[in-house]
Amino acid sequence: MKTKLILASFAALAAGAIFLAAQNPQIGGEIFGVGGKKPRMAVIDFRGTGDAQKYMATFNSTLWDELNNSGVLEMVGKSFYPLEVPQQPQDFKPPTQLQGLRRGDPPRTIKAGPWLTDWSEPPTSANYLAFGYTAVQDGRLLLRGFLFNVGQPDLQSADLIHKLYFGSLDDDGAKKVAREFAADILQQFGMKSLAGTKIFFVSDRTGNKEIWSMDYDGSNQKQMTFYHSISKQPVVSADGRMFAFNTLVKDSWQIMVHSAATGKKLPFYNPVSSTIETPEFTPDGKRILFSASMNGWVNICIADANGGNMTQLTRVKAAEVSPRVNPKTGRDVLFISGRSGIEQLWRMNIDGGDVEMITNGEGYVANPSWSPEGTAIAFAWTRGYEPGAFNIFVMGIADKKYVQLTSGQGKNENPWWAPDGVHLVYQSTRGRNIQIYSMLANGRNQQQLTTVGNNTQPVWANAIN
Amino acid sequence: MRKSTVVAVLAAALMITAAGCKKKTPVATTPPPPQPTRTTEPASPTALAVRINSFTGEPRSIERGQSATLRWSVGNATDISIDQGLGSVSANGSRQVFPSQTTTYTLTAKGAGSADTRSVTIEVSSSVPPPPARTAAAKMSSAEILGRDTQDVYFDYDKNDIRADGRDTLTRDASVIKGILGADPSFMIVIEGHCDERGSEEYNLALGDRRALAVKEFLVQLGIPETNLKTISYGKERPVCTDENEACYQKNRRGHLAPAQ
Repeated sequence: MKTKLILASFAALAAGAIFLAAQNPQIGGEIFGVGGKKPRMAVIDFRGTGDAQKYMATFNSTLWDELNNSGVLEMVGKSFYPLEVPQQPQDFKPPTQLQGLRRGDPPRTIKAGPWLTDWSEPPTSANYLAFGYTAVQDGRLLLRGFLFNVGQPDLQSADLIHKLYFGSLDDDGAKKVAREFAADILQQFGMKSLAGTKIFFVSDRTGNKEIWSMDYDGSNQKQMTFYHSISKQPVVSADGRMFAFNTLVKDSWQIMVHSAATGKKLPFYNPVSSTIETPEFTPDGKRILFSASMNGWVNICIADANGGNMTQLTRVKAAEVSPRVNPKTGRDVLFISGRSGIEQLWRMNIDGGDVEMITNGEGYVANPSWSPEGTAIAFAWTRGYEPGAFNIFVMGIADKKYVQLTSGQGKNENPWWAPDGVHLVYQSTRGRNIQIYSMLANGRNQQQLTTVGNNTQPVWANAIN
Repeated sequence: MRKSTVVAVLAAALMITAAGCKKKTPVATTPPPPQPTRTTEPASPTALAVRINSFTGEPRSIERGQSATLRWSVGNATDISIDQGLGSVSANGSRQVFPSQTTTYTLTAKGAGSADTRSVTIEVSSSVPPPPARTAAAKMSSAEILGRDTQDVYFDYDKNDIRADGRDTLTRDASVIKGILGADPSFMIVIEGHCDERGSEEYNLALGDRRALAVKEFLVQLGIPETNLKTISYGKERPVCTDENEACYQKNRRGHLAPAQ
């Protein structure tokens, strides 16, 4: 019954051409390809009963930020809201229908109290309303969260989310329930939640470059390696369970593979080579690509996840680094090669065949990253600038049309696509030191995530499944 | 059957929570503002406290028969003395002492209602061990010769070719290395490849690897045994210069010879 209602609501959404699910971000201008029309979302200031009220400032700002930063919603400013704000569905009073005064007159609608149209009509003009309240129950924070499509004629068909959430009775609990509620709301619009995803990166804050991880919003920063050497170039397997990186061990660069859960080192046999770098897992996690100095040049190789059965994929007198496997097909490999002179972005099959240059030979190219759907790529490019002055670009892999996302704010490098397909994380020299920032894949909502030391080479990992 | 039970339980749960909120909308009770705290005035000082600013002995350890100098600086005191027979002293001063054994000197300062003490110990050693036996001839190590007599070789931007000036440098370096290996045949040399800060970290690591190999190949051509040479790339990890100009970039684009660890 409930499912049917939701399906019906979805059909209505789709008809309204504002349903985003299954739509890949389009490259060029507006990245989301929604005809410039995003759903308008109103979110009340939630209030709490008793002690719950103490955490509502945290709750309200978290919920608003999560929805606003998603990039798929247009948030309606709170000054446009009706004075009477609902906290639960029963606060809405359906209007009364009266017969026309004279025979033949249309029925009259008499407003009986707060109603959906208060929100759907000007000045609010919202499509959706998130509302509810919190209370304390058994020492925990309870959230009753509702999402209503205020364009619907009655409460039953307006009801999209009607759910209870529980968290600890503190600011952390308030953040948790706000994020879970936001994730449920965003899921209605086809967004994959970033909750549980991790960003792995390199930080020198201990005095040595080590691998660190943090939550997608920069919280919970945690040191993952303790080599006291130079550790860098992290990547995480698609299941989120392993991470690989390269480390200076005595007099040579080696690849290390560790468990993301326990931090323990997993076996990986490095071939004999002075430089082994830029590891990359295949989507199934069974093989590892990397660059190694073979026959005098750093070229691209592939081996089993433990380093066995190694094969050299490229054999050219040029430096070739950063192999990146298409996460959807598992077949196409992007890489950076100097075989045409200056380093450019190239593509090949995972068996080394069918090599083609992707970028047009201008400038220097670095750090390719696939979108989760494997249809677009992000990379750093010095196009139009001096060598070294990198900026972030995204490109459709089929039409090779590209968009520049950063400009005029320091050097911007190492973009990495988020699992939701609409965010990127990257490093920039725009402020003090080198720090990590996130943004939407159209360049908007740029946010700084790190502050301590220098922080570089972020990769956005899927939540451990 | 089971589904309807679940639905019933959920409905019951919702009713309980809904019932809990029946009493109109939850009225947010704002907590009362914190009580204003009465700040207690700090008691006005009647006299400044006695303070020993410093009390040192230099040197801290001496041989028997040598002297050490005690120095002190004291504030707000009326009565200052040092034990070990030195007696009353002025607020700022120094005194040469000749302890015959390890001695602790204690400075005591007294004033109106307060006092302060500080101690310093002069260690006296009765016998000093003799120096190590003289070697036949003071000799520079192979590592020291390598560091003093070889020069870095420089590269063009994004290139790994040995330039004409690099050929001259490496030819001189090769004769230095031959001299070292003549006396120390197992001496291992690490050739480091370095890059400037432009270009990506990972591409520079690959480029530095190639630069180090180019230096190695050149030295081998000049007759240096391959078994004495190792290579490593540092990419742009270890710049010698961090300014953003070509003069600085050029200094960083280099091949460097170092002794193996």
